[in-house]
Amino acid sequence: MMATQSHSHGSDTMNTQAYFDGDRPLFHLPKEPHHPDGHSTMLGFWIYLMSDCLLFAGLFATFAVLEHSYAGGPGPKELFELPLVALNTAMLLFSSITYGFSMLVMERGKKNATLMWLGITGLFGLAFLSIEMHEFAGLIAEGATPQSSAFLSAFFTLVGTHGLHVTLGTIWLVTLMVQVAQKGLIPANRRRLMCLSMFWHFLDIVWIGVFTFVYLMGVAQ
Amino acid sequence: MSDTATNHHGAGEDHLDHPPHGSFKGYMIGFVLSVILTAIPFALVMTGVLDKSVTVPLILLMALVQIVVHMVYFLHMNMSVEDGWSMLALIFTVVFVIITLAGSMWVLYNMNANMMPMSMPVSPATQAATAVGG
Repeated sequence: MMATQSHSHGSDTMNTQAYFDGDRPLFHLPKEPHHPDGHSTMLGFWIYLMSDCLLFAGLFATFAVLEHSYAGGPGPKELFELPLVALNTAMLLFSSITYGFSMLVMERGKKNATLMWLGITGLFGLAFLSIEMHEFAGLIAEGATPQSSAFLSAFFTLVGTHGLHVTLGTIWLVTLMVQVAQKGLIPANRRRLMCLSMFWHFLDIVWIGVFTFVYLMGVAQ
Repeated sequence: MSDTATNHHGAGEDHLDHPPHGSFKGYMIGFVLSVILTAIPFALVMTGVLDKSVTVPLILLMALVQIVVHMVYFLHMNMSVEDGWSMLALIFTVVFVIITLAGSMWVLYNMNANMMPMSMPVSPATQAATAVGG
């Protein structure tokens, strides 16, 4: 039906010829149309992010189920320091907006400004990771290790997986900064920066889930 | 065959390979909204001004709104990104996430509620006996 519609348009003969053999519609393209380099990268990367989302859904579900299984050990109210979590949240939110700024200057072709904003984003990412490591180290020093209870196993797995994502994102960021510094804002690098942009903002979205479900609801209950 | 229609449409609009981008204003709106939607739930929980039964739905609601804010202003999601395929993938994922979360909590809550009470540590021998007896 679609093909008939296109045929009746008739204005674009090139287009029509490619899909019709006389009046007979072609159900297979005679040859693969030319696609510009990397034209499907963004959609492909988006689908990867959605699959990553399912991974986090699994970890969130595990946490939701084991949330109250303290095994006689400490619970969220005794363990979590909300001011520290608020600071961490701020770091990630700042890194999101500075990454946005780097994308804006990238569009205007400003290489050095892009590198500067990416660098600031990386520093906020490192600050987030340092605070998280500090928090984990404090918990483990108090004896609240992943082995202590099902609640803590689920907590360290969920928050740790997010932290691992941020770590990999930061390594990726440094890699792209080196690439941009050496090769400039070539189309391939712009595409890579846009993928990392999606990844970085996605991690901030996952963090909204983490601070709400794990920290705030844990302490509120 | 729907490809034909897509190509036709694309050629007509002279649409180049430009994914949607934000503007400075867009990022700032997203940032300010995010700050507000983060500060309120933290303040509610840290001060404990409201009852738990009010606080929990409120912070959940604000998390949901903030996720939408991030999607719109930071990830530039709308119905036309990649001809709607991004939105389709997102809707599919959201359905899956809801089933995973709600399903796990529902099933395991009921399993917990229907578990045989085990107030005392049970030795493997007693456990086997109970299993046979039950």
